[in-house]
Amino acid sequence: MSVKAYRLEAIEIVRNIKEGNLSITDVIEEFLERIGRVEKKINAFITLRSKDELLQEAKIKDRLLKEGKARGLLFGLPIAIKDNISTRNLRTTCGSKILYNYIPPYDATVVKLLKEEGAIILGKTNMDEFAMGSSTETSFFGPTRNPWDLERVPGGSSGGSAAALASGEAPLALGSDTGGSVRAPASFTATVGLKPTYGLVSRYGLIAYANSLEQIGPMGRTVRDVALLLNVISKHDPYDGTSLKVKRPDYLESISKLYNLHRKVKIAVVKEMFEEGVSREVVAIVGSVVNKLVDEGFIVDEISIPIIKYALPTYYIIAMSEASSNLARYDGVRYGFRANVYGDWNEVFSETRGNGFGKEVKRRIIMGTFALSAGYFDQYYLKALKVRTLIIREFKKAFEKYSILISPTMPTPPFKLGEKIADPLAMYMSDIETVTANIVGIPAISIPAGFAKGKLPVGIQLMANYLKEDLLLTMAAFIEELTGLRNLIAEV
Amino acid sequence: MEKSDVKIGLEVHVQLTALKTKLFCSCPSDYRGKPPNTHVCPVCLGLPGALPVVNKKAIDYAIMVALALNSKINEKIIFFRKHYFYPDLPKNFQITQYDKAGGAPIALGGFLKINVNGKEKIIRIRRINIEEDPGKLVYPTGSIITSPYTLVDYNRSGIALLEIVTEPDMTTPAEARAFLNKLRSILEHLGVCNCELEGSMRADANISVAGGSRVEIKNIGSPKDVEKALAYEIVRQKQAISKGVTVKSETRHWDDLRKVTVPLRVKEEEQDYRYFPEADIPPIVVTRDYIEKIRKSMPELPDVRAKRFVKEYGLTEYEAQVLVMSKWLADFFEEALKYYSGKPRKLANILINDFLRWIHEKELEPSSIKAKPQHIAELLKLLDEKVISIKILKNILPEIIVQGKSPRKIILERDLVRISDRETIKKIVLEVFMEHKKSVHDALVNEKAVHYLIGQVMRKTRGKADPELTHEMVLEMLEKVRKGELKI
Repeated sequence: MSVKAYRLEAIEIVRNIKEGNLSITDVIEEFLERIGRVEKKINAFITLRSKDELLQEAKIKDRLLKEGKARGLLFGLPIAIKDNISTRNLRTTCGSKILYNYIPPYDATVVKLLKEEGAIILGKTNMDEFAMGSSTETSFFGPTRNPWDLERVPGGSSGGSAAALASGEAPLALGSDTGGSVRAPASFTATVGLKPTYGLVSRYGLIAYANSLEQIGPMGRTVRDVALLLNVISKHDPYDGTSLKVKRPDYLESISKLYNLHRKVKIAVVKEMFEEGVSREVVAIVGSVVNKLVDEGFIVDEISIPIIKYALPTYYIIAMSEASSNLARYDGVRYGFRANVYGDWNEVFSETRGNGFGKEVKRRIIMGTFALSAGYFDQYYLKALKVRTLIIREFKKAFEKYSILISPTMPTPPFKLGEKIADPLAMYMSDIETVTANIVGIPAISIPAGFAKGKLPVGIQLMANYLKEDLLLTMAAFIEELTGLRNLIAEV
Repeated sequence: MEKSDVKIGLEVHVQLTALKTKLFCSCPSDYRGKPPNTHVCPVCLGLPGALPVVNKKAIDYAIMVALALNSKINEKIIFFRKHYFYPDLPKNFQITQYDKAGGAPIALGGFLKINVNGKEKIIRIRRINIEEDPGKLVYPTGSIITSPYTLVDYNRSGIALLEIVTEPDMTTPAEARAFLNKLRSILEHLGVCNCELEGSMRADANISVAGGSRVEIKNIGSPKDVEKALAYEIVRQKQAISKGVTVKSETRHWDDLRKVTVPLRVKEEEQDYRYFPEADIPPIVVTRDYIEKIRKSMPELPDVRAKRFVKEYGLTEYEAQVLVMSKWLADFFEEALKYYSGKPRKLANILINDFLRWIHEKELEPSSIKAKPQHIAELLKLLDEKVISIKILKNILPEIIVQGKSPRKIILERDLVRISDRETIKKIVLEVFMEHKKSVHDALVNEKAVHYLIGQVMRKTRGKADPELTHEMVLEMLEKVRKGELKI
């Protein structure tokens, strides 16, 4: 074969394996070789499975293939998993010192589903500590670099997964998205990332940051690949009380079926999301994609949703409050890091948490604890919940008129490492476009829109109503074709 | 209601032991006596990423209890997180319920009727919560002070608990005990809690005496100990007040061994538990229809059962109430009636006055009682047939209770059949007369000496002699002595 496997779309790798054009062993060896070449520069993985183990699994699967026993939508396909998704017997750190040695005794539901479909887990990808960040710089295991410009961040918090895709280290990946953590790195690395409707994908095994906001999301280099992965992980799960009991379509099939309907789709750009804090070059690039849609015969309106200006503070109050609770369990008693202190209970857990958590995590725990404290609870947390309800109402209204809402994914192109890490507020501002979908619980996707200065990826974000992933992916696939920006790999 | 200077409120924690599994995971709930940390999973260990899923049966049971306590069940069941750092709490928060901030316990209000010394009293219920039990700290030496380290056993972590909180409507320790006993009987009739299991029913008691502050006594293991702890506390607080010492608002611990309460910590201010909604568990909607369905499926409750006992078996209200105070006893009564249908009141009286009194004296739990209902029925039949005397019945009852032996067997084995043959008794009376010549002469003039002689006959026959016949024979023989027909 003349084409390198690592350059193929996931869907193509699976097809070639099934048709016997590629052996799984060859695929794994090729990805390992690619990883060997670029990983030092990128630092996309926190934990890679050993070569022996991976080749052993590949060999077994090759044999099954030969015997005609190959089953599964992802048979033989390597996949990268964000390190906040529990993997049985494979270290899962959440990018934190406090879990640096934690090996889960169980698989997250999504991991179970991946294994059932024959996927091979390559390793666990880097992330902002406990998914708190937008640049993958707060990881205890060092920052991940953007394959398109090693001086720049890949976005976060699923930066490791996105960078692995963009550098050709993995064909498909899982991320998680609490306030944009799948879409931000997709935007910064010219890849595709979907945050599904809240409850569409099981959270069982996803290490919680803000449990009322987050979803595990599929990441790939093409919309089809993301649809394929969504097909695998979107399933009702009795182990997640918030998992939706709804019929899920075949998303790949939906794309092809819905393709002809697309011009009837009512689209609006969200006025406020092109204004304050959004860089001119981002507005220009996303605007040009919108113009292409108009050229294609779509009617694209502008909608104003003024309440969006409260989305960011609302998001941060809810997320930090939930985080302060979700992260209470890390006390060194049952698993993970424990400070080398022998004293009473208060000393031991305080020292463990003081040493085990990084700066940003501690900042959010302290602020969240404050927001939930007696006397402040009503002003902060309850107020935020009320605003959340109002934002949801406004979006429901918007979706009565429009099926797709468009905005930039990130307010800027990728920034430099260290540029915002010392200024938390500036960092928080980079979530301004993405948090709304999490507050409302609707699906949102980021796909490449273009490159600023010819080399810095810029993404476009599409949002749709609850459970309209099929339409969202169809629209995204259409734009992908329009821009021609698909399956992009950076020459690291 | 009479005025009292003592106010007592209870907070009762009841494990729903009838559930096969824990509240939020499918770990088995029968953790007692199991090796530490063997009934655990990612959920009840609070492992990262694990999520709680509500055991629907637990909700059904909670609704049943709420209905039995006449509480108003909320339309939505909402769970909250209560935060505090403690090693027995694997997530460092407890999933429970809250009545503020948009939360609501499973049920509000309600009441329970109790009987103390024949007087009926209404104790109001404030609320009923459903929540998870924490794990258990284990001190290797058995004492928190002398142990060099502490172990944690999470087998209990996640067991379904009901928290039942009363208004401070009780005024005496006896009322508190009666409340707990009545509650226990209700729980047992509903079949949701085997309250006999160690730690399955635990109470915190709040008590204030006029002129003092509210004191909380934590984690008392049994209704009887609640009564003792409260009695101790009332004396302690009244003495303090009479000496002019202020009674502080504090939490105290009941020391089961020394039978005293000791201070645990001073309650300076309300601890901030940072309650907020548990987003992993969506609100559960409880429809009126659903509640009615559960109501219809509920078994007979103690008060209804007592009424039925009065109507069906002709018991007095008091007798019926005593019997239904324990489901086990009420069941025992009705089962025994199948073998002894004629005289329910006679059966009830034996059960209450002899059977129950002995069990209480020895502080036996139902599980250590071996006697079968048939045994008691048989015993009464033996009495009715005059095979044994009431004295013998009382004598052998403990043996039946503890060993579960058939009464007929005991009587035969130990030769306890009643002597009602005239000639035999006459022979024994003669023997007694020969042995107590002085008393015989006394008896001719003194009634007391007559009874003495009867007593001697009874003694000689180990109570087997028919008392009436014995009396008759003693008088008959004395008459002969008086007439000189018999020379002593």
